[in-house]
Amino acid sequence: MTAAKAATGTAIGMSGLTVRFTTRRSRTTALDDVSLDIEPGEFVTIVGPSGCGKSTLLKIVAGLVRPTSGEVSLLERPVRGPQKEIGFVFQKAALLEWRGARANILLQAEMRGMDRTQAARRADELIEMTGLTGFEKALPHELSGGMQQRVALCRALLHSPPVLLMDEPFGALDALTREQMNAELHRIWRETGTTVVLVTHSIAEAVFLGTRVVVMSPRPGRIIRTFPVELPAHRDYAQVMSDPRFDRLATDLRGLLGSAAANH
Amino acid sequence: MTENSLDTAGRQAATDQAGAARTATSGPARAGTASSTLERGPHDGGRPPRPTLGRRAVALADSLWRPALVLAVFFAAWWFVAAREYVPNYLVPTPGQVWETMTSQWSELARHTLVTLYETVLGFVLAAALGLITAVAIAYSRTLDKALYPIVLFAQVIPKIAIAPLLVVWFGLGLTPKIILAVLIAFFPVVISGVAGLRSTDPELLDLAATMGAGPWRTFRKIRFPNALPHLMAGLKVAVTLAVVGAVVGEFVGASEGLGYVLLLANGNLDAPLLFADLILMSAIGIVLFVLVEIAEALLIPWHASRRAGVSLTTS
Repeated sequence: MTAAKAATGTAIGMSGLTVRFTTRRSRTTALDDVSLDIEPGEFVTIVGPSGCGKSTLLKIVAGLVRPTSGEVSLLERPVRGPQKEIGFVFQKAALLEWRGARANILLQAEMRGMDRTQAARRADELIEMTGLTGFEKALPHELSGGMQQRVALCRALLHSPPVLLMDEPFGALDALTREQMNAELHRIWRETGTTVVLVTHSIAEAVFLGTRVVVMSPRPGRIIRTFPVELPAHRDYAQVMSDPRFDRLATDLRGLLGSAAANH
Repeated sequence: MTENSLDTAGRQAATDQAGAARTATSGPARAGTASSTLERGPHDGGRPPRPTLGRRAVALADSLWRPALVLAVFFAAWWFVAAREYVPNYLVPTPGQVWETMTSQWSELARHTLVTLYETVLGFVLAAALGLITAVAIAYSRTLDKALYPIVLFAQVIPKIAIAPLLVVWFGLGLTPKIILAVLIAFFPVVISGVAGLRSTDPELLDLAATMGAGPWRTFRKIRFPNALPHLMAGLKVAVTLAVVGAVVGEFVGASEGLGYVLLLANGNLDAPLLFADLILMSAIGIVLFVLVEIAEALLIPWHASRRAGVSLTTS
């Protein structure tokens, strides 16, 4: 049931990633020389202002966008083309509106041609783990935003991917639902041992979830600094929020992000 | 996310998890059905609860009485004008005369109706198949998009009715030119709606499909095609009514059977009751086929119908 951990070495390796977009009028550098190594089982959160190329970074790791220059590897293998060893969660739940919650989760299995009974069992586990029990048949438009995002998360976890990529997964949720989803995601990460890379705008989210926080600058996106998060591996939301270490780190991050924006 | 879901989730305090959240987001209109889903326990496949037969009958009656009333007023006005002979009887017959004609010549009229129906249905089915194939080609290949789209558009601009005589010259007086004309007229809306539908797929879903390692066929079957169905069905509804026009126009130009042929005949003989009876039968073909496509739509995409019924929407 736990995700297959990459045996040794890095889960994700990025070196010298640069992305330039050429439009009719201008050339924009979205990412500039980004290098980052992520160990198996880490939970890395990436914070930065809008348009700093955080999402592009995730898409490069997933093999959906090709960098202009630089190298990426996933589980020690170079990334060329879309990667199957990952689960991806977007800001929008991106569910199939004609399928119920459970059928939406099982899309992952159908697209991969996974064993049906095994997939069904795994889906039921995930449904229970994320509190979707009772909503198996509900269509996306009958679910609240938080519930939709839970379905998307289950779908991303169905095949027990060693790496989970999340692009502002809770950005569209209200603050209370978001906190709750954060706590759940933290628990799921501990239970599955999956390597997670999560992109966010929220400093609180980045610190609460991350074992490491990566701060990026506005366009062109560069890594300004990475902070290890010195909080216990097992975190309780209320406790973390009142922890002085959380405060200190959040203040540091806020200062860094503020100055990064001001200098630009 | 819509404002609605944000708002409700906020009011809901943190308990997004409980059934309460669902009932709340579903809105008061859906509250009843939502809770009944929960009570029904184990779910089988991802369909929303269907309303009961009785409720559906009530809904049907509710949707029908207004048009029925308008139709009744129309018939009354027609009958009044014709019976009082405000208009000469050989121009506008009374509803009774039309009924008389229809019943006395029923076997003949039925035969002609079947011919036109056959041409229409065959033309529609072919147009739907060809239109869908063209739409897939256009939606999937940039080259074919550039090559085919202008031609499809150009072909649409040619007045199809003007082609009818040419088709008769080429294919004779049989059914072929009528079917071809029906195909030509019904083809365009299928292509346009099919392309629009296939292109409306959320790009994130396509990204997701790529990371799931699925090939283009699986992505088409599980994601793009079902996603295109609401658009496509709208196009098919337009297409089916146009197919009737195609078949009838084909019969105008040269035929020995079919409702178009009967119409010309009645016109030549100044047989107004037959003309009216014929018109009614033509319209009936269009209406019946339209309703059949609507039923097919309701069966194929019940999720879409339930959305149109005013259920609260969130994005995606």
